[in-house]
Amino acid sequence: MNIDTIKEKVLSNQRLTREDGIALFKSNDLLALGRMADHVAQHKNGNQVFFVQNMHINPTNICVNRCKFCAFSRSKGEPGAYEMSIDDILDKARKAGKGVREFHIVSGLHPDLPFAWYLDMLGALKKEFPKIHLKAFTAVEIDYLAKLSGLSVTDTLKQLRDAGLGSLPGGGAEIFNTTVRNTLCAEKISGDRWLEVIEAAHNIALKSNATMLYGHIETYEHRIDHLLRLRGLQDRTGGFQAFIPLSFHSQNTEIKKSAYTTGFDDLKTLAISRLVLDNFDHIKAYWVMLGEKIAQVSLNFGVDDLDGTVVEERITKAAGGTTDGSMTRDEIVHLIKQAGRIPVERDTVYNVVKVWK
Amino acid sequence: MKPKAINLIINKVESGRRLDSDEGLILFKHADLLTLGELANQVRKRLHPERLVTFIIDRNINYTNICVNKCKFCAFYREADSPEAYILSKDEIFKKIDETIAQGGTQILMQGGVHPDLGIDYFEDLFRAVKSRYTIQIHSLSPSEISFIAKKDALSIKDALIRLKASGLDSIPGGGAEILVDRVRKKVSPNKIRWRQWAEVMKEAQKLGMPTTATMMFGSLETDKEIIEHLVRIRDIQEETKGFTAFIPWTYQPGNTELGGRSATAVEYLKVLALSRIMLDNFQNIQASWVTQGAKIAQVALEFGANDFGSTMIEENVVAAAGITFRMTKQEIISIIKDAGYTPAQRDTRYNILKKED
Repeated sequence: MNIDTIKEKVLSNQRLTREDGIALFKSNDLLALGRMADHVAQHKNGNQVFFVQNMHINPTNICVNRCKFCAFSRSKGEPGAYEMSIDDILDKARKAGKGVREFHIVSGLHPDLPFAWYLDMLGALKKEFPKIHLKAFTAVEIDYLAKLSGLSVTDTLKQLRDAGLGSLPGGGAEIFNTTVRNTLCAEKISGDRWLEVIEAAHNIALKSNATMLYGHIETYEHRIDHLLRLRGLQDRTGGFQAFIPLSFHSQNTEIKKSAYTTGFDDLKTLAISRLVLDNFDHIKAYWVMLGEKIAQVSLNFGVDDLDGTVVEERITKAAGGTTDGSMTRDEIVHLIKQAGRIPVERDTVYNVVKVWK
Repeated sequence: MKPKAINLIINKVESGRRLDSDEGLILFKHADLLTLGELANQVRKRLHPERLVTFIIDRNINYTNICVNKCKFCAFYREADSPEAYILSKDEIFKKIDETIAQGGTQILMQGGVHPDLGIDYFEDLFRAVKSRYTIQIHSLSPSEISFIAKKDALSIKDALIRLKASGLDSIPGGGAEILVDRVRKKVSPNKIRWRQWAEVMKEAQKLGMPTTATMMFGSLETDKEIIEHLVRIRDIQEETKGFTAFIPWTYQPGNTELGGRSATAVEYLKVLALSRIMLDNFQNIQASWVTQGAKIAQVALEFGANDFGSTMIEENVVAAAGITFRMTKQEIISIIKDAGYTPAQRDTRYNILKKED
């Protein structure tokens, strides 16, 4: 399979196969990949690059799973373990700047808190911040909360939705392949289960994102298979908003690997995601992990979303992340403009808030 | 949407013809990042069909941070009476060279500070002492330092260079070029030599057979047009002397400086790098700057015209003073070059290949 054949398929809007995807990963022709991905991105979103003003809240790092690739989690009672009360969470939320439209809330799987606590947390946030969208709980957390509630996944999601949940982030997908998953995070729900939970959410009109953790022990084949499963689910539900490849940071984890992914791998993965996921509207560069330089360059390699201002993220930092973990709106707008694109501030579900012409 | 003029310029680059200033400016202003990358990559492939990326093992030794120039973009210099001011002893310098050689290093890059009290005797003595102890390339003293030394000892540039060369100075780094346009220099480095003096030192050195490099620090106060002017000026010198081995653009780092402001973004860096490769058709080598851009962008730069990864540095103090501290070991440099599908090769100062890392 050569790049030119794939290029013709891209230009004529044909769906790429597994073999196409693998061939793209094996290619080092970065600019050709960028050109193809840019073509698709321009077709879908023109020159626009989206971002949201948001705040990350990580209520606890105490987690029953203890995945090997994670530098954030702690066991209960271990030094460095923390948990926030609902009042702590509200205090933190009150520090959000005026333009913040989204709280991104993800946590460890806490061993003791009852299901009612999560409903109360959502309710308390919604009561004080009725206009701020609550994007909370990965599929892994939803599965866990369903166990706590004793309800079906669908009924659990409905209760959370009624309490204020607006949509789901895309975390916990890691790599769906069973062998890789058993090595990385044996305690975590399977790839099948992740997709099941997300499908249930989409079926009751809760949107979500999707992620993929790359740059650890997986192969290119594992990456493509991961993308194809997401593409298949999206064909059925249309409930995914953005796909977000997450570059692995190995520091303070149990996986022995060079500390960071390379610039080539980051840009290739983003570009190939854009090419393979033809039914996703948005590909997002999560600058907290990629670094703001690669994130900016990726805006010419198929990416149309720079995530958000991300006030105080703690998970990447724990694994040796080098960014400050927050950017002002001005900084994001500047990066997008200097990349030759039009900055568009959005809300969580991609309603346009402001366009910088 | 590309205007017709752009397409003509693109054709010109593709057929290997030289761009003039106006064409360079149009291309820079109107071509997008990928177009510039594609063109630069073509030029690079023409000059380096072998898919090799070179690097050098050397050490930066900043013998002093005391400096009469006090450039506004610089976070490194100190006043002579500052508690942080220093000048390295010979023993300290020797220790650093020992460490460099232990790591397989072939070159030292000694640069100050333009120290008010250090004249030609000091450097002759230092270089002789180094050469009597070590087999190592002395790639040292930027034009600003050489110009100062000549003036202090009432020598012509040529005579100063002849004496420095006789005492062991092998080649001259291209630092202090900043932007080779006096309008910018008067603002960002009013006490530093003007562009003609920079050019004079380089030309004299080149006539004496000393290899030199050329640099450009962009992202401060210059206009796009002044970036082009810089490139054309060094291209003209090169046409005359053929004495530049490489060109190295990097970005102004505003941390802890008088000038302040913000740094050029990664996209701007890659665009300028690509433009340099396109304009400087008589330069064999273009270096990526991992020191200012980090390993990820430096690797990506290999598709935007760079064919050299610069040096392992071992230590770096000037950019670090502005709060930017990227570090790369030889192993990291090798593995990142391979990851991009190139063969890494250790080189010497004159770009002779010492060892391929297949």
